[in-house]
Amino acid sequence: MTDTPAMKSDPGLYDYWPYVGRPKLTWPGGARVAFWVAPNIEYYELDPPINPSRAPWPRPIPDVLTYAQRDYGNRAGHWRMMEVMDRFGVRGSVSLNVALCEHHPEIIEACVERDWEFFSHGIYNTRYCYGMDEAQERAIIEDALETVEKHTNQRIAGWLAPALTHTERTMDLLAEYGILYTCDLFCDDQPQPVKVKKGRFIGIPYSLEMNDIIVYNVQLAAPRRYADMLKANFDQLYEEGAESGTVMCIPLHAYAVGQPHRIEALAEALDYITGHDDVWITTGREIAEWYYEHHYDEAVAAIAAHNER
Amino acid sequence: MSLPDDYLQYPKRRHGMDHDRYQWSMLHERKPVTWPGGARIALWVVPALEFFPLDQPAKPFKAPGGMVTPYPDLRHYTLRDYGNRVGIFRVMKVLDGLGIRASVAVNAAIVERYPFLIEQVNERGWELIAGGVDMGKLHYGGLAIGEETAQVRHAVTTLRQASGQEVVGWLSPARSESENTLDLIAAEGIQYVCDWNNDDMPYALNTTHGTIYSMPHSHEIDDQTIMLNYHHSEQSFVDQVKDQFDFLYREAAEAGGRIMAITIHPWMSGQPHRIKALESALAYVAGHDGVWSATGAEILASFKEQQ
Repeated sequence: MTDTPAMKSDPGLYDYWPYVGRPKLTWPGGARVAFWVAPNIEYYELDPPINPSRAPWPRPIPDVLTYAQRDYGNRAGHWRMMEVMDRFGVRGSVSLNVALCEHHPEIIEACVERDWEFFSHGIYNTRYCYGMDEAQERAIIEDALETVEKHTNQRIAGWLAPALTHTERTMDLLAEYGILYTCDLFCDDQPQPVKVKKGRFIGIPYSLEMNDIIVYNVQLAAPRRYADMLKANFDQLYEEGAESGTVMCIPLHAYAVGQPHRIEALAEALDYITGHDDVWITTGREIAEWYYEHHYDEAVAAIAAHNER
Repeated sequence: MSLPDDYLQYPKRRHGMDHDRYQWSMLHERKPVTWPGGARIALWVVPALEFFPLDQPAKPFKAPGGMVTPYPDLRHYTLRDYGNRVGIFRVMKVLDGLGIRASVAVNAAIVERYPFLIEQVNERGWELIAGGVDMGKLHYGGLAIGEETAQVRHAVTTLRQASGQEVVGWLSPARSESENTLDLIAAEGIQYVCDWNNDDMPYALNTTHGTIYSMPHSHEIDDQTIMLNYHHSEQSFVDQVKDQFDFLYREAAEAGGRIMAITIHPWMSGQPHRIKALESALAYVAGHDGVWSATGAEILASFKEQQ
């Protein structure tokens, strides 16, 4: 390959900014923790075109086992997950493969009825950004904006790269299109400014550590342990939130968490978390808007001051 | 650097699925079913009797649980054969003791090598499910249709002739299918398939030989998945079976009958230190009112009558 771009040792998206000594972060009502839940509502294609950088399925197509495991979320798991969230008054911030608006509009309508937020997780979870040129990457951003607006009357405010696949220009383009936040930076427990070519952009914490797929399929944890991990994550962020606000996110996938033997672990954790005072139960957009209004400028100045020392 | 134009084209972006094998349908919107005797849960226990050949090919991959070390991998060969020699008899004793009737998925190689096991299943009035030829003969995308037709026919015919059973269920080795598998098994008179883990209830599949059904054979409540793949403890296996059951039992009270499927590998659960965990989990389920222990064919027949 002669056109492989030179790789960088640092993505160049943010400057170092230690957790200690930051300006105090405050949330509405004096809450200690901004708590948001981000269900990934995904569509995986049985026989997608192949990206040269990544195979869509571990087995030859048709990979019945893996395809069907994902499909379970839409057929069976979603409704259970949504009912648990309803029970504890938690609105979802949906990480959406936007083609799901066409495939399964029934799910979208149910989320709209609940005033959930929708942000983009690409077109399909089987179409990766690796190797896209700028026009192609613009096309999927524009597709996401138009599709979500058409089906939900919302303008998407956030982005989680499809299947966590990026290019070096992704963040610049998102900021240019007026998207407010990315979920793709995992280096902090508070929102952080992101350096883009033009305008303002932030990352807000979307915890991979608390992501049900990482816990269940990578760490191979048992369901009851997931409940314990979620509670421990909350306890620590709640304790620290007494001094300066923190963010806790639970990213979910109905195909994992909506399984009968796992759904009560989520319910147990949501019951525990929402049973505390001083928790702002919110969405990604609300966190981002609050942060831009109250903390962004101060943060940018603090980061600059730290790095000019 | 850019991707081909078709990478941003979506010809199957439409309402429903991106293929024509089955209809899009959400579980909670379907007509509730009632199991015989008003049971809330149909308990479907599916032990697998598997032959992992010592010369198992990676064609196109090795079925999970198969040979690992360089040839001859006597270690994994015998660990898996343990299930057929010893483990299955502990499993049978547990099921007999609890009055549970199983549906046993079996490779044709088991039928040919260990006919005693087929007799044992038949004596109990349990169902036999065709489980392909052996764990080295996978069905996969790109497998020549002639070769696959012969594999399917061999698996089904061998089991029917040896057992005298009609044999209406199919489980592909490693739950792996080609694009033709469903059509080929339907052509051999198979009525339900156990490979698709996308639902908790049966649903219709389209084939070139008419409608067959997907049955919700569990990949999650499966001793191999939980204790081998996830490295969870025996006690955690019991907890997960109980949690699965408790949820389905509650859901069934409002949504109609549900199926509690438990997948067992005698080479796993039949080990001395695991068999009591299996017994404890199954005793918990069987100890509830409103649990109907049934075979896959019986559950499907009851389901179809109500559609």
